[in-house]
Amino acid sequence: MVEWSDFERATIQDIFSKMEYEVVGPAALSRCLVVYPWTQRYFGNFGNLYNAAAIIANPMVAKHGTTILHGLDRAVKNMDDIKATYAELSVLHSEKLHVDPDNFKLLSDCLTIVVAAKLGKAFTGDVQAAFQKFLAVVVSSLGMQYH
Amino acid sequence: MSLTAKDKAAVKAFWGKVSGKAEDIGTDALSRMLVVYPQTKTYFSHWKDLSPGSAPVRKHGKTVMSGVADAVSKIDDLNAGLLNLSELHAFTLRVDPANFKILAHNILVVLSIMFPEDFSPEVHVAMDKFLAALARALSEKYR
Repeated sequence: MVEWSDFERATIQDIFSKMEYEVVGPAALSRCLVVYPWTQRYFGNFGNLYNAAAIIANPMVAKHGTTILHGLDRAVKNMDDIKATYAELSVLHSEKLHVDPDNFKLLSDCLTIVVAAKLGKAFTGDVQAAFQKFLAVVVSSLGMQYH
Repeated sequence: MSLTAKDKAAVKAFWGKVSGKAEDIGTDALSRMLVVYPQTKTYFSHWKDLSPGSAPVRKHGKTVMSGVADAVSKIDDLNAGLLNLSELHAFTLRVDPANFKILAHNILVVLSIMFPEDFSPEVHVAMDKFLAALARALSEKYR
């Protein structure tokens, strides 16, 4: 089980309570598809991903980005057992979606960078550490059921 | 994943905008790295003060960013241009190359915070590729 300090818990709750899901989600996913273009392999039916402008303007990317970000809500509410919380999602990503789990880290790095831009100076080193720890636990849990 | 002409142009243009803040960028990136990735502190046991923004951190942040600036000017042949720095890191400093990736990530986070409007996805990918190429050049002489 992961140990969370009071600061870490409060930081995660605070960040997500103020989260603009419909801005941050699309920004993070589209950034991931631009910065790590091989991740586009999972979105063959999303239409035009031809260049950065197309990706950023793509409504399916935007919708999916929001969906993914909301997917983190359950972890935010169950910080003491993220592994169990995501067991089913892990099976889904492995058996049905066939997503290479290395990709989870790529998306989480892009999410960190988008949230950093949003929070600006408030995204201190300590806040960054808490946020990245949270995402690392999520990423690990999503990879847990792969076999 | 080598740098295209487009990447190089993007890096030079962005660097032109941000180089004035190089010392602040270096200080913040290094400070963050030491906090978020505490294992990196093992390379600085000789410093009196490892706290964010401390004097040794600021001085070293400036040194690191001078290296980055130098790399921008030598972007067309990083391996040749950074030969001396590679030998330094290989034979004297012996920094595990995994840490280059860690510092690069923190530089990107700081750029995102300080230049949210300019650090678009396209600039991000060019800078990420550039810092990776820089890291490869620094690792050249390791073995």
